[in-house]
Amino acid sequence: MALKTPLYDAHVERGGRIVEFAGFLMPVSFEGIVAEHERVRTKVGLFDVSHMGEIEITGPDAVAFADYAVTNNVADLEHNQICYTVCCNERGTVLDDLLVYRFSDESVLLVVNAVNTGKILGHLQSIRRGDIEIRDLTAGIAQIAVQGPASRDLFALCPTFASVAAQVRNLPYYRFFTARLDGDEVIISRTGYTGELGFEVYLPAARARAVWDEMLERGKTHSAAPIGLGARDTLRFEPSYCLYGHELDEQTSPLEAGLSWVVKLKKDEFVGRAALVAEKERGPARRLIGLSAEGKRVPRQGCAVSAGGRTVGAVTSGTFSPTLKAPLAMALVESSVPKDSEGITIDVRGTAVPAKQVPLPFYKGTVND
Amino acid sequence: MVPEECMYTKEHEWVYREGDVAVIGISEYASTELGDIVYIELPEAGNTVQQMDPIGTIEAVKTVAELFSPVSGEVVEINQSIVDHPEIVNRDPHDEGWFIKVKMSDASELDVLFSHDEYEEYLGEQEDD
Repeated sequence: MALKTPLYDAHVERGGRIVEFAGFLMPVSFEGIVAEHERVRTKVGLFDVSHMGEIEITGPDAVAFADYAVTNNVADLEHNQICYTVCCNERGTVLDDLLVYRFSDESVLLVVNAVNTGKILGHLQSIRRGDIEIRDLTAGIAQIAVQGPASRDLFALCPTFASVAAQVRNLPYYRFFTARLDGDEVIISRTGYTGELGFEVYLPAARARAVWDEMLERGKTHSAAPIGLGARDTLRFEPSYCLYGHELDEQTSPLEAGLSWVVKLKKDEFVGRAALVAEKERGPARRLIGLSAEGKRVPRQGCAVSAGGRTVGAVTSGTFSPTLKAPLAMALVESSVPKDSEGITIDVRGTAVPAKQVPLPFYKGTVND
Repeated sequence: MVPEECMYTKEHEWVYREGDVAVIGISEYASTELGDIVYIELPEAGNTVQQMDPIGTIEAVKTVAELFSPVSGEVVEINQSIVDHPEIVNRDPHDEGWFIKVKMSDASELDVLFSHDEYEEYLGEQEDD
């Protein structure tokens, strides 16, 4: 039985095409992926991401435990600061990629992929240490992502956020604040998954519908509209953000996937450290590259990538890029493939399509504005 | 090509009969399910096709689908407009968005296709799954 988010009815009422994703009935599109994609790149769009998992860790050892569970540095985060990170197993491969919100010395929040919420909860229990409590808050929390160059302006138009307008306006990238709005505890962070300026709002499930409707109504002047999972994927693809199940999985290390910047090997101890130290010394077996395919056939996940007449890897994500108007792909290939190598082909359903390597990310948006 | 006057395949192609020529396209349901279409590959005029052979490719942003020929025969015309502007198929799948015309070698092959009512019923069953 698939779950519904608190905004499910709103999506159906607006004509969203519903699919099951990670056990939730979610809208995959409303007006069409390309139109939604362009709306977020140029104006503002609202995403229901209530399916994401929220796991709270509290107690005197909360920060130390989170620091042990993930590869990035939680101990050095300031209060109200966030880091992007991965959570690895002992083999140094990826169980999930996630955000860690540091509230205080005794409280952090992990925001994990819906498909992995149960797995990460079990994993955390299996590695638990110190004086902590682990709680799954997913069911009670709704999450709305407000993304696009006009996202900041949208908050200014909503009475609900009037009392925190200045805080929203001045919020730096990867910082958050909490506020009590009409009695409800709300978290607002300057984060997102689109490459554009954006925010994510965590609020009680019971309050979600009212805020969602208010944002859409007040945001009309900025062309605000709901965005489905289809455009969420193309929007994250262009700035080459990893997606679990594509660039990341339990057969892939963060060093291979281009995430060495979130792996702090200088930390004393964390799950997967030994394996990752060894991998760094010998050099990762694969690396993530960007490919631009000739013609118009679109490479998709799983398409074999060849160089010099032999298979060297596979496409992890591929799509027709609505912004760059070209078929693009990310692929994990053997590290021995030179960065400037020519003669790469992608096997797109039996046709060897020539492709050239292009630097990642494919696209840089307004995320830092 | 009024939807009610077309015949349909399980793979969501429609066929409109003009004498011994079959005009072929994809249904409104298929074009909506695919989403934004970005690239279409068609057989060439003059090619011989067999019933339910894959004869073309429809690339959408998120996914790809094959075009199956609902009938056997010779391709006599392709719609170059949808090759140049694939979005036409999303906008008008039953008229401007037709794909190819095939001169049928055996019109009795049409007997196995769905009527419009049968196709609607078939779609209803799909939804229930």
